[in-house]
Amino acid sequence: MKYTYYPGCSVKSTANLYQESIDAVVPAMGVELEELDDWNCCGATAYMSVNEMMSFAISARNLAMAEKFHRDVVTPCSACYLVLNKTNRYFNDYPEVRKKLGVALEAGGLSYSGNIRVRHILDVIINDVGLEKITGLASRKLEDLNVAPYYGCQIVRPMYYGFGAGEENEEGFDDPDDPVCMDRLIEATGATCVKYSMKTKCCGSSLIGTEEKQALKLCRGILADAENNGAHCIVTICPLCQMNLDVYQPKVNSLFGTKFDIPVIYFTQLIGLAMGKQPKELGLERLAVKMTRPMKQILQGA
Amino acid sequence: MLEREVVYESVLDHDFLDEIYSLPGGHEIKKCIQCGTCSGSCPQGAVMDYAPRKIFSLIRAGFRDEVLESNTIWYCSSCYSCAVRCPKEIKITDVMYALKRIAIKEGKAKKGRKASALSKNFVRMVNKYGRNHETELMARYILSAEPFNALNFVPQGWRLFSNGRLPLMPHKIKNIEQLRKILKKIDELEEM
Ligand code: SF4
Ligand code: SF4
Repeated sequence: MKYTYYPGCSVKSTANLYQESIDAVVPAMGVELEELDDWNCCGATAYMSVNEMMSFAISARNLAMAEKFHRDVVTPCSACYLVLNKTNRYFNDYPEVRKKLGVALEAGGLSYSGNIRVRHILDVIINDVGLEKITGLASRKLEDLNVAPYYGCQIVRPMYYGFGAGEENEEGFDDPDDPVCMDRLIEATGATCVKYSMKTKCCGSSLIGTEEKQALKLCRGILADAENNGAHCIVTICPLCQMNLDVYQPKVNSLFGTKFDIPVIYFTQLIGLAMGKQPKELGLERLAVKMTRPMKQILQGA
Repeated sequence: MLEREVVYESVLDHDFLDEIYSLPGGHEIKKCIQCGTCSGSCPQGAVMDYAPRKIFSLIRAGFRDEVLESNTIWYCSSCYSCAVRCPKEIKITDVMYALKRIAIKEGKAKKGRKASALSKNFVRMVNKYGRNHETELMARYILSAEPFNALNFVPQGWRLFSNGRLPLMPHKIKNIEQLRKILKKIDELEEM
């Protein structure tokens, strides 16, 4: 299965550990990711706050360049997933948007038909690779590891745009309030899935840079709920969620007097661990909140 | 709290409503039934000057400045909780984005000074390199918005840097000229 890969800026820097784990696990699943040459930033939430049409235009450049390969575009970042899909949605739904983008792309020697499907790598692993395959690849015993799935916002919510493109996916690929696909995935790796209510509650996203206290408060809620339900670690699918919950966890502790010590890892790192790979190969040594002793013991089968 | 208790028709801004209606999908806000589902779903509701439901009622009543100068639009973290639950399928998050843009354009983003500084610096990064360079973005943001609070960012920066997660060099795309041509064209079209 070959896809056009749109990595996004984060996995090239602060989320390099995500990319390392993706590289380590996808070949065994028969997934080939061919990076889109010369892709540009999707603009995330920030560009849209300043100029919407320009934000659509920069995303459209990526979609236009991807079109000649006639393959689904796959991204590991929830924000890129949302922005590229939103661009597609507006391009297809609003003739005035389509017209402007068409003219602008032409100025750059490009054109776009609106038919490229953009998918999150979680969707690809769950729906194209399949959970049975994941279970088949899992060799390390993880049943004592309690894993809390954290979905965040940008991947499950925007189904109201009819995201996930394609008739069969008109509704997006999971429920916006109570998604379960990652729960199933965790079970497929052999680990134990923690049930908790904050799995889709906002982590504060970019408020961490601008209204830090509010974002930290939201992070505290998520960490507390995961901890109270016995999680050894949290699994996430988004670079920004990972950054807030991991890199800012010590700050949550100092602000609220809590003592959270919960590693926040990417779902591909969990899959890699299940496959018996070493933490280093999976970028796990780059976590700000390091793997705890109980977690290591479980990994070593002690 | 609203400062003007009695509002006369003449001081209200009816163009504001047309401005919002003219956005793609903007006329949808006519359908708002003031049910409050959005406010109840908003993780930021408690710290907002006006939670989303009130924003819609203020827009419709023509309270232009109250809306644009509120902290609400800057506290919106784009989580889409409201939008997926709105019984009228109003694209609430997108309206918040539109309000951000109008506030920035008209210099009404006082309460969003930091958020708009972050966004503007982000746009600058992308227009310059075609990619975001997180290290430079943070540095520029701190200098422009929080120079006296710079130390606050150090521990997180260090945690990233010491774990090899903070590249010092930006990555520039090869065909940045093409990207700029596309953006320039949009600029021309939007001026028209
Ligand atoms: S949820 Fe929708 S209909 Fe209800 S108050 Fe909010 S915007 Fe209006
Ligand atoms: S998208 Fe914005 S307004 Fe809507 S619930 Fe989230 S933070 Fe609140």
